Amino acid sequence: MSYALQDTATMLRRNLRHAQRYPGLSLGALGMPVIMILLFGLVFGDTFSAGLGGSGAGFDYIDFLTPGILLMSIASGTMSPAVAVCMDMTEGIVARFRTMAIFRPAVLTGHVLGNVLVTIVSLALVVGFAVLIGFRPNASLGDWLLAAGLMIALTVALTWFAIALGLTSKTPEAASNVVLPISLLLPFLSNTFIPLESMPSGIRWFAEYQPFTPTINTLRHLLLGTPMDSGDGWLALAWCAAIAVVGYFWAQKNYNKGTVA
Amino acid sequence: MSSAIDVRGLRKSYGDKLVLDGIDLNVAEGTIFGLLGPNGAGKTTAVQILSTLTAADAGEIRVAGFDLHQNPEGVRSAIGVTGQFSAVDGLLTGRENLIMMADLHHLGRREGRLRADELLERFDLVEAGAKLASTYSGGMKRRLDLAMTLVGDPRIIFLDEPTTGLDPRSRHSMWQLIRELVAGGVTVLLTTQYLDEADELADQIAVLDHGRLVAQGTAEQLKRLVPGGHVRLRFTAPDDFALASQVLPAAARDEEALVLQVPNDGSVHSLRALLGRIDDASLEVDELTVHTPDLDDVFFAVTGQPTVETSPEKVTTK
Repeated sequence: MSYALQDTATMLRRNLRHAQRYPGLSLGALGMPVIMILLFGLVFGDTFSAGLGGSGAGFDYIDFLTPGILLMSIASGTMSPAVAVCMDMTEGIVARFRTMAIFRPAVLTGHVLGNVLVTIVSLALVVGFAVLIGFRPNASLGDWLLAAGLMIALTVALTWFAIALGLTSKTPEAASNVVLPISLLLPFLSNTFIPLESMPSGIRWFAEYQPFTPTINTLRHLLLGTPMDSGDGWLALAWCAAIAVVGYFWAQKNYNKGTVA
Repeated sequence: MSSAIDVRGLRKSYGDKLVLDGIDLNVAEGTIFGLLGPNGAGKTTAVQILSTLTAADAGEIRVAGFDLHQNPEGVRSAIGVTGQFSAVDGLLTGRENLIMMADLHHLGRREGRLRADELLERFDLVEAGAKLASTYSGGMKRRLDLAMTLVGDPRIIFLDEPTTGLDPRSRHSMWQLIRELVAGGVTVLLTTQYLDEADELADQIAVLDHGRLVAQGTAEQLKRLVPGGHVRLRFTAPDDFALASQVLPAAARDEEALVLQVPNDGSVHSLRALLGRIDDASLEVDELTVHTPDLDDVFFAVTGQPTVETSPEKVTTK
């Protein structure tokens, strides 16, 4: 068991060095959400505010937007581990790891933990910039901790799933495409940018039942005290657990494919 | 002597393409075993299976005493693999690569660093140790690759085409490193498409062609499989040369050089018979050399293919 932790830590160190020496992927993951919050908050903010909440009384778009952008950062952050794991598999080094007596899930777990750390930085940046341009949460420390826990749980879950997808891809380009449904579709087809009530009915139906919507509702509730359905919190956690379990086992299966397990 | 690797009836196909068709191999501990064959013969697949990277379709395989199907982790703990494609992490420095391997073998921080520095020294990578492995030349990458394999002190090492693509100097230094390993008691299974490499290094050679082992033995044994061996006799006196030509009528004559080439398979028995005839005729022979066919001839004879790719540098040791 202690070898499991040691091996995972070794792999995490390797991935953090990669992030530092090949910063393109992680800088993209860090920069994109900041651009989104500034773009939607400052440039489109007034228009959206006017369109959605009427003349502004009691509705501040930046408050509505920020929890959504936080989840969007988590989603768009899954692209870099998917690409990294695919690049890994095309190189000899992973073949070497697979012929060694090391804790088998360590290679992939190292990627997941590395991405969790990068995502935490990215979330902190988004919150920082959001506060700068007017985000005013009224959450207690406990609410913040719960919100952070939920966001980390979602990061772990989506990262495992993205890694499983990355492992099925033959090339890094294919890997970056195959995670697009997670990194783009789910955030946009949810109540990230606009409330569900303002969507066309077909898309609204999808948005209502996909994992992001209850998670964003829970996050808004925790950070801003907005009302939500009583089941949304549990639903969000259930989605995280389900995605994590499927992602984990699918990723392990892809990683061990064809080898003597 | 106990076996480091014992394989019976190994089979593997990818789809309907049969890659290995019932291979039997036995590698004695502390020896170099050469798996020789052209591209596509199944060498790499064999190494991937023996190193637990790919599952076999059928066959009994024991590596370092462990049953590969029952206990792949046991096999992994005893082996080191240096594949055909470099298995170094390009975004880490040479030293970091070695320390990563030390960490994965749980050597401890201090011990791991010592081991890394010692291997950098031994593999002539001290200066390069602080540079990213992606900047290394082919020969340096291959040396780092082998050094990484050695961090965990494996008892059995698989080398898949260890010198393919290397320049002659790197090739010779790789050969030297491999010899040193075996001198230290390690067992090496290497694949190669170069006949001279198998000849130089391997105690036992198996020739693999289209997924079957078509011949197995020492280089000398294999060479005797094919006809074409001869004994070359050089004379100083034209009289002796003329007399010898009469005594040995089957010989090919070179009158200018006073040299006779007598067909002979090089075995003790036929050599003794030849020497007897030389003695009986009281011939004064200046020089006698035995020529057995080289592995090129063997390869042609056992596979029916004209030749494998020639090596970048032809090393002739005759």
